[in-house]
Amino acid sequence: MKKAFIPLLIATAVVFAAAPVLIAQAPLESTMGLVQKIFYFHVPSWIAMYAGIAICAVASILYLATSRPAADRVAAAAAELVVLFGLVGLVTGPLWARKAWGVWWQWDARLTIALLLWLIFVAYLVVRKYGGPGAEKLAAAVGLFGTAVSPFVYVSVNIWRTVHPLTSVMPSLPKSAPAMVPPMAASAVAFLFLFAVLLIARIELGRQQAAVDELYLAREDGAA
Amino acid sequence: MFFRIALLVLRKDFAIEVKSREILTMTLLFAVSCVLVFAFALVKEGEAPPDAAPAILWIAIMFSGTLALGRTFERERYGETLRALLLAPAPRPALYVGKLLGVVSLLGVAELVLVPLVAFFFGAPFFVKPLLMLLMLVAGTVGFAAVGTLFAAMLMRVRTRDVLLPILLYPITVPVIIAGVRGTAALLATPADETTATMWLAIVLAFDVVFITLSLWTFEVLMTE
Repeated sequence: MKKAFIPLLIATAVVFAAAPVLIAQAPLESTMGLVQKIFYFHVPSWIAMYAGIAICAVASILYLATSRPAADRVAAAAAELVVLFGLVGLVTGPLWARKAWGVWWQWDARLTIALLLWLIFVAYLVVRKYGGPGAEKLAAAVGLFGTAVSPFVYVSVNIWRTVHPLTSVMPSLPKSAPAMVPPMAASAVAFLFLFAVLLIARIELGRQQAAVDELYLAREDGAA
Repeated sequence: MFFRIALLVLRKDFAIEVKSREILTMTLLFAVSCVLVFAFALVKEGEAPPDAAPAILWIAIMFSGTLALGRTFERERYGETLRALLLAPAPRPALYVGKLLGVVSLLGVAELVLVPLVAFFFGAPFFVKPLLMLLMLVAGTVGFAAVGTLFAAMLMRVRTRDVLLPILLYPITVPVIIAGVRGTAALLATPADETTATMWLAIVLAFDVVFITLSLWTFEVLMTE
């Protein structure tokens, strides 16, 4: 994974350089105009957040099943990124909503539960930080339950009347607005690459922290 | 064997509670204060906003449930009895089920008081569709208590458990509460909207299944030191 880091970093830089050009060339949406371009940041950040949730869930299950510290480090890194990308989504959403709907926030299903999901992963980090010894297992359970709630967010828009666009907007994009597909794809790839780069860096940092802790312990044992 | 152990755990908690009535009294009083506080906050010129009744009912259940969960496990911690339970040659999931049944029945008793109280204060027709309403309450309470029992048990070893329990529990169980409030509101509408209520009930039941399955699986792992 460490070997992939540098090529991935370069790839991320290239896509990030290309994405703004593509976004600038994308056609203006007929009713919302320029504001609609938040789309290219808003949706990819949620995609990255869901990627983080998926990774956190798998790593949490692995950790609960095998107690391997490496799995725990992956879960923790993914959870931090969930909070980070979720924050990007939660900031870009209201900015767009203010122009499109006239309000910053609307208490509808999608928004409420996205906020909720984000809060679960904030709670995950809080448990890790203040939970004391054994908090890793506790956090893994929180991650697992958080993931169990997440499909509800996805389907909530379809069963609940809402102002938020339905999830079917994304699969139908090539038909409804083919010119928006390249910039959207570039943004999504850019965010996912950025996600991967940050994830690898964070896991490596966690590994080194654990190694340093071990060295300290070994030294203390030797001195005693 | 499995259910016998679960019932034994339930009987033990029941016997203690019948003698002291500590948790039940506190939970009930707390629930009633919750209803009052929300009534003060929401009622304007003697009129409660529409749909206030189901929201207040579920908030009261949620808050007093948190209190009951905390107290139930505090008792085990204080008496160092959870270790004895865990040492017993019994399947761990059975202990969880026993504890869950205890919390659910405690909250059930609290709801026996709460529902008529909310109906009385807000003039809500809680008894028009008694069967669906009962199912809604049971399903919602089980969903909330399923996660709550697991997390309260896990948090016993953590120093900051009193604060962490609501922080962890509320975001995870809010979908159940939302569905409970929506479903109850649909049943309280005149005329009662059974289709909508059944849909929300189905969602709550789905959450119940997911939460209980996950809890049964993780309880064993999480309670091992």
